[in-house]
Amino acid sequence: MTVIEARGLRKAFGTTIALDGVDLRVEEGRILGLIGPNGAGKTTALNAILGLTQYQGELKVLGRNPWIERDQLMRDVCFIADVAVLPRWVRVSQALDYVAGVHPRFDRAKAEGFLAKTTIRHASKVRELSKGMVAQLHLALVMAIDAKLLVLDEPTLGLDILYRKQFYDSLLNDYYDRNRTIVVTTHQVEDVQHVLTDLMFINRGRIVLNCNMEEFESRYVEVMVNPEHVAAARALRPMHERQVLGRSILLFDRADRQQLATLGDVRTPSIADLFVAVMGNQAGTAQGVAQ
Amino acid sequence: MNTQSNAAPDFFDSRRSTPATISPTRPMYWSVRRELWENRSIYVAPLAVGAVILFAFLVSVMHRSAIAALDPAGQQEMLAKPYDFAALLIMGTTFIVGIFYCLDALHGERRDRSILFWKSLPVSDLTTVLSKASIPLVVLPLITFAITVATQLTMLLLGSAVRLASGRSVTELWSQVPLFQMSLMLLYHLVTVHALWYAPIFGWLLLVSGWARRATFLWAALPLFAIGIIEKVAFHTSHFAALLGYRMSGPEAYPLAERGGDPMYSMATLDLGRFLSTPGLWLGLLFAALCLAAAVRLRRYREPI
Repeated sequence: MTVIEARGLRKAFGTTIALDGVDLRVEEGRILGLIGPNGAGKTTALNAILGLTQYQGELKVLGRNPWIERDQLMRDVCFIADVAVLPRWVRVSQALDYVAGVHPRFDRAKAEGFLAKTTIRHASKVRELSKGMVAQLHLALVMAIDAKLLVLDEPTLGLDILYRKQFYDSLLNDYYDRNRTIVVTTHQVEDVQHVLTDLMFINRGRIVLNCNMEEFESRYVEVMVNPEHVAAARALRPMHERQVLGRSILLFDRADRQQLATLGDVRTPSIADLFVAVMGNQAGTAQGVAQ
Repeated sequence: MNTQSNAAPDFFDSRRSTPATISPTRPMYWSVRRELWENRSIYVAPLAVGAVILFAFLVSVMHRSAIAALDPAGQQEMLAKPYDFAALLIMGTTFIVGIFYCLDALHGERRDRSILFWKSLPVSDLTTVLSKASIPLVVLPLITFAITVATQLTMLLLGSAVRLASGRSVTELWSQVPLFQMSLMLLYHLVTVHALWYAPIFGWLLLVSGWARRATFLWAALPLFAIGIIEKVAFHTSHFAALLGYRMSGPEAYPLAERGGDPMYSMATLDLGRFLSTPGLWLGLLFAALCLAAAVRLRRYREPI
């Protein structure tokens, strides 16, 4: 089943074009990472999918028009738009009461089960919780909703590495199954490298790379070239070259691995390396990937 | 958020596969409760005013019981006056609470970005706006009524206790302070004036709070001033200012003002027919409905500020 289907998605803010004809198709059971530099249009794309912003072009999420039918759509779609959108005045118990009151697919016992594994107390107000605990609370609320699509926009921004790791571990172990679909954007690319099934790079409102992770691993090769073979390696037309500790690291797309192995140490690049390579080739917009 | 993966299988087994449904009134009910959680001043402010009134009243009756009796007519007025005053104070408080509530209702959720959380739940913009409008139009009048009646009843009991303690009869007091009729009058006044007559004021404030990016109070007030001033300068008339004054001071059938020195708190002084046939009432309600419809539409476009 197709969960998200977009064709020619466009959105402009004044003269700034946030989305410039995006075609997107996400099937059930996928975990898609939408990666791009700041201002690339990631959040705009997600907002369009969630019915938070108007757009031009065709877009169907679970067969519905998100702009017209946001409230019905939200029975089957969940999202964490940011780390800090839970109202600061709300108590944990009130948040549970409210979501249980308005959401037909919310399983309160399950949310309480997730919260029991944390140090969050029911009587606490959100303002009294640390940033990491707020993210835990929001994730507990969202994971207790039996939704078909979960959208996460920078869900771990500003959290330390322990919370980030826990966040994605919980998501994979306690939430994800083949009937659910997850779309996530993040700058902390290395956190999601082993979480994703699909990868999409977006830059200046356009999709510049779209592949699944098996494809990613077979297509892209990174070689730390021995100094004497640099000229030979460059002749094979790498898509990107960088220097680390005086050695050249070349990134190849669809190259012959056996041939490359004779030139140096071969490995699969990280998403961050590929991101830098792709964005670097896109006329110097390589900022935006943390670490 | 522990990472014990052995907990996962039970969660998947317990997943419900039936399409869950929910009664349409439940999101409304929980949205109104949500407003009361967030804005505790809705009931704390009138309760506090009620407590202050009771304290002042207690001091005053203790003090006055020592003084020699006034002439009968003056005494009669003295007896009933604090009760009217209590009602006026509590009503004034909740009116002000309602104004500030409305100015913040659709603005605060954008300012603190929580609109992104509320919009992630299956609650329509219509339900959200109606739940917020129900606070000044339904909840505040009811709270005002309950707290005023409770305050007046306590005042009556306190006054009686003090009289009994000083060996005087309470029949005079009870005959001068007809609590039941006062309560009916109060309820009538709250429904007709505070809910229905003032509805366009609250509708306008809600619309501005959903529209303005900052300074909601100025955006709510300045256009009205501007229209008044432009009219004055351009046409040397003040119809718009008169219109606003008419809206604020209430329809002609203003029970508390009309009552004046009349000792009878009779329902006969009320003229529901005249109130309902006032064109201003229906025009005001139409304006309120248009404001709320615009606020619903606007909320769909609204993002955090």
